[in-house]
Amino acid sequence: MSGAAEGQKGAKQGVARGITRATLLKDLRLEWRSKDAINSMLFFSLLVVVVFSFSFDPSAEESRQIAGGLIWVAFLFAAVVALNQTWARELRNQVLDAYRVSPAPPNSLFMAKVLGNFIFVAVLEALMTPLFIIFYRLRAIGPAWQLLLVAAFGTWALVVNGTFFAAMSIRTRSREIMLPLLLFPISIPAILAMVQATAGILTGEYSARFWIVLLATYDLVFTTGCLLLFETVLNAE
Amino acid sequence: MTDNAPVITVHNLIKQFGRFAALRGVTAEFAGGKFYAILGDNGAGKTTLLRTLAGLNEPSSGQVEILGSRRFREICREVGYMAHPSLLYDEMSGVENLAYFAQLYGIEAPGRGAEVIAAVGLDATLTRPVGQYSQGMRQRMSLARALLNDPKILLLDEPFSNVDLRSAREMVRLLAGLKDQGKTIFVVTHQASLLEGAVDEFVWMAAGKIVGRTRELTPPEPVA
Repeated sequence: MSGAAEGQKGAKQGVARGITRATLLKDLRLEWRSKDAINSMLFFSLLVVVVFSFSFDPSAEESRQIAGGLIWVAFLFAAVVALNQTWARELRNQVLDAYRVSPAPPNSLFMAKVLGNFIFVAVLEALMTPLFIIFYRLRAIGPAWQLLLVAAFGTWALVVNGTFFAAMSIRTRSREIMLPLLLFPISIPAILAMVQATAGILTGEYSARFWIVLLATYDLVFTTGCLLLFETVLNAE
Repeated sequence: MTDNAPVITVHNLIKQFGRFAALRGVTAEFAGGKFYAILGDNGAGKTTLLRTLAGLNEPSSGQVEILGSRRFREICREVGYMAHPSLLYDEMSGVENLAYFAQLYGIEAPGRGAEVIAAVGLDATLTRPVGQYSQGMRQRMSLARALLNDPKILLLDEPFSNVDLRSAREMVRLLAGLKDQGKTIFVVTHQASLLEGAVDEFVWMAAGKIVGRTRELTPPEPVA
């Protein structure tokens, strides 16, 4: 590739990054003003923690066994609330059409939405994890730092697919129902990996390494797939 | 390209939504630097034609050529589109909206947003969110967004709907001024009388086809 062509490609990538940043900041600003997504997610997760803690009274050992599943299912359901909001703002007043008629690359919009959702869900996780630890008396026996990797890769898996399928369902009448119907089946391998990795780290019974690598691979494959297909989804009629 | 050379050529354009054909073989040429009003009853295909020209609807068959290109993305910087909805974020102010959309077009001039807001007769220092604007203000801000990238072609869908008569007349004057600057303007409207004397041509549509083009606001025979 010649220097000029490389320079042009670099400039295009710079523009795309700039638009991603601008769109992300716009979404964060809108969320800061409305707090639509974060409030619903927090309330939902809080309910799950409280209801489950009253429904069961597990021992510390049992808590370590079930906490992985409980935490991730709670975050998955809560994430759906945020993911359903992702495109709602773009549909109000048909603002999405203003993006479509502009020269901005579709993938910049997609990446901005994914990053925005990642931040929202990460904030939720940061706020809710201490409550899970208190209510379920959790203490990791395995290497606790690996939980950060599981959280990062797991959250990315949820939001990248969630953002993509939320975009797919925006033109359907019952999009709130469509999103879980599309998202949950495709997320099963990621959920399995998240739950197994978390349980492995909390109980210390087995290494979570395989599951973390699986999650990272899942993220790579689905992020690539979503980026390749997003333009088609965005322009679908 | 001279002003009177066609800037838009549409050939046998058909647009189907499922089994319903919204456009049924539209063929037309539109010269540059002219002001066109697209008229017709509800369901005539006016909005579909405009959305297809704006690259928002993919033609089912036929061709659309704008400024010599059949790929909308190649010429999208030269087109401004205003829809019936505002295409603006209700939670942000006008300036914030335009600052965001300016970044999508790579417009770096910091004063461009304020410039177009002033051009449409609004106050660029307004800090309240667009959701709190009156309908007329929202329509003007929407027009400002369409003008942001200084397009050669303006596609405006119902720009005067829910706008009071005085504001609508001001908007027509503004559009006539833009035409004088060499822009090609298409307005889809049901308030054709507002445009009398300002437009170069009335384009009449019925049942997904262009059924006539007149210089005066007189429907062609088949429509009448």
